[in-house]
Amino acid sequence: MTHEMKTDKKNMVVVEGSYAVAHAVKTCRPNVISAYPITPQTHIVEDLSKFMADGEIPNCEYINVESEFSALSALVGSSAVGARSYSATTSQGLELMHEVLFNVAGMRLPIIMTVANRAVSAPINIWNDHQDSISQRDTGWIQLYAENIQEISDMTAQAFKISEDRDIMMPSMTCMDGFILSHVYEPLVLLEQDITDEFLPPFRPERILDPKNPMTFGAFADPHFYTEFRYQQERAMQNSLKKIEDVANEFYDMYGRYFGGLIDEYQTEDADIIIMAMGSIIGTIKDVIDRLREKNVKIGLLKVRAFRPFPAQDIMNVIKDAKVVVVLDKNISLGMNAGALFIETKSVLYNTDIDVPVIGYMIGQGGRDIPMSTIEKIVSDAEEVMRSGIKIESQFTDLKEELI
Amino acid sequence: MKEIRIHGRGGQGSVTAAELLAVAAFADNKFSQAFPAFGVERRGAPVQAFTRINDTPIRLRSQIYEPDYVIVQDPTLLESVDVASGLKADGILIINSDFDPETFKLDTKAKIMTVNATKIALDIIGMPIVNTVLLGAFAGATGEIRPESIMEAVRERFPGKVGDRNAQAIMEAYKMMEGQK
Repeated sequence: MTHEMKTDKKNMVVVEGSYAVAHAVKTCRPNVISAYPITPQTHIVEDLSKFMADGEIPNCEYINVESEFSALSALVGSSAVGARSYSATTSQGLELMHEVLFNVAGMRLPIIMTVANRAVSAPINIWNDHQDSISQRDTGWIQLYAENIQEISDMTAQAFKISEDRDIMMPSMTCMDGFILSHVYEPLVLLEQDITDEFLPPFRPERILDPKNPMTFGAFADPHFYTEFRYQQERAMQNSLKKIEDVANEFYDMYGRYFGGLIDEYQTEDADIIIMAMGSIIGTIKDVIDRLREKNVKIGLLKVRAFRPFPAQDIMNVIKDAKVVVVLDKNISLGMNAGALFIETKSVLYNTDIDVPVIGYMIGQGGRDIPMSTIEKIVSDAEEVMRSGIKIESQFTDLKEELI
Repeated sequence: MKEIRIHGRGGQGSVTAAELLAVAAFADNKFSQAFPAFGVERRGAPVQAFTRINDTPIRLRSQIYEPDYVIVQDPTLLESVDVASGLKADGILIINSDFDPETFKLDTKAKIMTVNATKIALDIIGMPIVNTVLLGAFAGATGEIRPESIMEAVRERFPGKVGDRNAQAIMEAYKMMEGQK
């Protein structure tokens, strides 16, 4: 399927990224929103509380809670009774939810949560990287990463539709880079209510908590049963691979906008060098690619939109003929000296006949800015790998040796 | 693409100015992007905000290192911040000051212009809030944007009398800078 995107300037407005998300959530007609403030996510729930106060979100409860642990716990109850449930968080707030994240996925509750990605403490740092959500990789949440505020807005509606599908019933994190996207003002088309009502029908789960028809959620599974619960969660995740694609295509048909399904590609067709990355850095990389293509550098971009489920097959299809793959990670798996996307990408290539060198860069930690020159430097490293092989497999980027 | 960097102090509305500039530029049929320097903003501390204006959608997400234009809300910042850093040689640096541009010995080839935005703000708005006034000056000095678009963006953000007074101050600063070109 080809996706042609026209810029719909006359329907665009310039708003803050957080407002775009709050507006998208409103348009998805949530029934319960739980809110606990934390920078840089706070503007989202503030805008939602304004919508609530103005009576713009009917049939919805807005719950102020006393911690992120409570924020997600409250939604466990609301989602289980069949209410479309939403929250937003970041960084330490997301880490505090860790235990509940597993419960949500295990009980198969299709809660949607925006993560305004931020570094984790200590030392305290409020700026963007992806360590917070990447650290929740194995909790059973679908994770999607957006490159601009149009995409995070559109992704919000897509996420509800993916998660609430009866073959999936798994929660989703829609991830936007803190500050870089949460606080940017730029033009977008806000989600249209009439199209969204058609795109996203009301949430009608097969099973709900109901006193008239009592059942338990997530109560107890002894060794005789537990493995099968885990298997079914994994099967749902595998089902979501196709669902994420299908929903992105359906969204394109109805709204005319497409930012990729599991992945997206830019100038990859004849590319010797393919950069892989997630989030807002995608835009900067595209500008670098345009600049380098003018100098006849055969370079392309593989944007990873879904980190969970991991789109192994799509990634292999794109990179199989490349001469070198460069993976940029705004996270580190300490003790592995590498970022998660790099580690996963290498792992899917093993046991295949694809033989392409893969190098990794840990980049933009704690909000360190990523100018085009940094990407260009990395590309020149990649050209060196093409000439004489890998010297350093994975490394920190723009490290200030003088501070160490 | 035109890149603008605004220097101010926490509480002076630098981020708001960058946002209003983005809204106004879009109203002028351009694409735009505004974002803060993501500092831990404290009242009085030096802050920066950025705006990009372009004919096509803007994808670049880095901070601005080589601005076409720089706006300085508070001249005392010049003592501690290199406001001309990276400013293009054919660029313009606008300083809120009642001194002549020649007073400022800055390491830049760019044109320096001054406007007494504080006086305009006090006279017309009644408060020393200069961020919107400087946007009017920016429009006059650079011709990158119509003053009407800025006035409209400001009126939308601050409805009623506040917006009207700001709009009047914007036009005053616009004319003053237009005359100096």
